[in-house]
Amino acid sequence: MGWYMAKRGLYAIPMMIVISFLTFILIHLSPMDPAEVVLEAQGVPQITPELIAQTKAELGMDRPFLIRYANWLIDCLQLDFGHSYVSGEPVWTLLGPAFLNTLQLTFASVIAVIALSVGLGVICALREGRLLDRSVRGVSFFLTSMPSYLLASLMIWYFAVKLDLLPTSGMASSASYVLPVVVIAVNYAGIYFRMIRSSMISQLHEDYVLYGRASGLSETTITMHMIRNSLQIAISVFCMAVPIILGSTVVVENVFAWPGLGSLSMHAILSRDFPVIQAYVLVMAVAFVLFNTVSDMVNAAMNPKLRGDL
Amino acid sequence: MSHLLEVSNLKIWDGGTGDVIVPGSSFHVKPGSCLAIVGESGSGKSVTCKAIMRLNKAGIRQSGDLVFKGENLSRLTEREMRKKRGKQLCMIMQNGMRAFDPSCVVGVHLQETLRRHFGWSKDEITFQMKIAMGSVMLKNPLEVMNKYPHQLSGGMLQRVMIALAIVLEPDLIVADEPTTALDTISQFEVVDQFMQLRERMGCSMIFVSHDLAVVRKISDEVMVMKDGVIVEQGTSQAIFADAKHEYTRYLVSTKQSLHQHFKRVMGGSGVAER
Repeated sequence: MGWYMAKRGLYAIPMMIVISFLTFILIHLSPMDPAEVVLEAQGVPQITPELIAQTKAELGMDRPFLIRYANWLIDCLQLDFGHSYVSGEPVWTLLGPAFLNTLQLTFASVIAVIALSVGLGVICALREGRLLDRSVRGVSFFLTSMPSYLLASLMIWYFAVKLDLLPTSGMASSASYVLPVVVIAVNYAGIYFRMIRSSMISQLHEDYVLYGRASGLSETTITMHMIRNSLQIAISVFCMAVPIILGSTVVVENVFAWPGLGSLSMHAILSRDFPVIQAYVLVMAVAFVLFNTVSDMVNAAMNPKLRGDL
Repeated sequence: MSHLLEVSNLKIWDGGTGDVIVPGSSFHVKPGSCLAIVGESGSGKSVTCKAIMRLNKAGIRQSGDLVFKGENLSRLTEREMRKKRGKQLCMIMQNGMRAFDPSCVVGVHLQETLRRHFGWSKDEITFQMKIAMGSVMLKNPLEVMNKYPHQLSGGMLQRVMIALAIVLEPDLIVADEPTTALDTISQFEVVDQFMQLRERMGCSMIFVSHDLAVVRKISDEVMVMKDGVIVEQGTSQAIFADAKHEYTRYLVSTKQSLHQHFKRVMGGSGVAER
């Protein structure tokens, strides 16, 4: 078991190196010369070729590609992502706090998504085909297909403006979490609860359920076994949901003026602030790999069959 | 002699489509005897077994009387029925590999079942299971209880189920094709365990199979089913020696011709005899 964990952890390292390399290449593939962008962003009136050459030397861009990559990677490992072209501040002082804010929102949302989808999935599976099951599926279909910005605006209008129960934006108190978390949870639970529901239903026809009943076990005990088995499929999907939600909070963050990565990356993209974009892409990619690794580990802990595979 | 289980006019149909699976069977199981249900796939053997336990899928409906020890099981509430299952009516499944929760060690099911019916402590259950598992020739019972189903063989899991039945001491064991999923050697061992189980506990048994050799060996009475209808029932000797119904004769003769073919191929000696 410990051996599997260690091995799985080691597998993540080459993956992250490849990802960092791709991130680096992507930025260098963009049609604009970074030196020119820097000068433009700093508002230099006349951009001369000499000025560009000088900036290139300053930024170390005249050196060979692989050396630049190695230097950049070493800096990144020390959380030094360079300076923002726009404000001149170190990228990490911009990205760090924003990342933490987004992470908080993400985790709160993921917990809500899991609780909602497991709860609804199990209830609907046990009431398969009845009125409750059909109405929950109908409503969730409606809510999931609604764009999140529309849902967010409607909720702000009703709960924050009309009823004046919750703050409209920002992250001043724990009450600020309610609306964004609900919007994200409603959007994603609609997808994940269907998965839990269908895997619960497929468990219903398994032999171990029949044998459990034939042995006189209570329905509660049998349901717990079914949940345990259907969660196995769901856990890896839930772990992957963390980075997906992390990446897709952009819209919700913008609607609720959440001081997170979403707002930061939007501004960076609009003003072509390459170091910030690069750092954002890298952080997101690393988060993907990390959560994928964690999901494999959790799965191995729950599903004994997988342990021997690696 | 009063019967342990008296089934009369058992009708089973699909509630959704209205298709009748078993139009109306009546049969009985004497105390301490073994009734074998024989027939091809889809002849309603399995559904009949599940109907006795009242465990068919939600869409399948049933009617008729199931008088077990003077009590009509059809009239019991689900709650009362649950108390009977395991304790008095014990089922042994066809596929051992799938009968246990794949994400828990085998011991978990044993613990849950025995705690439910006897309220024993964990150590008491382990102690009782250890003796029972020893008696069905399972080596290292403790190790087996801490293994996941996929780490054990089908025959071992089958014997774990038999061991659980030994501890539960039911009045009736319903074994739904318990040897079908096994290879010949494990089959032989498991059948042997079933015979010992009956000798030791004197319980009755309903044994579903389409393996006539096994049926001949284990059963006292045989009931032949075809398309949901019981075409013939009688003592084991009578059925094998002098089948009345055409279909039974067909089953027995097919078996014999296969047997003879096998003997010819293997060189004529009594290799196939067991």
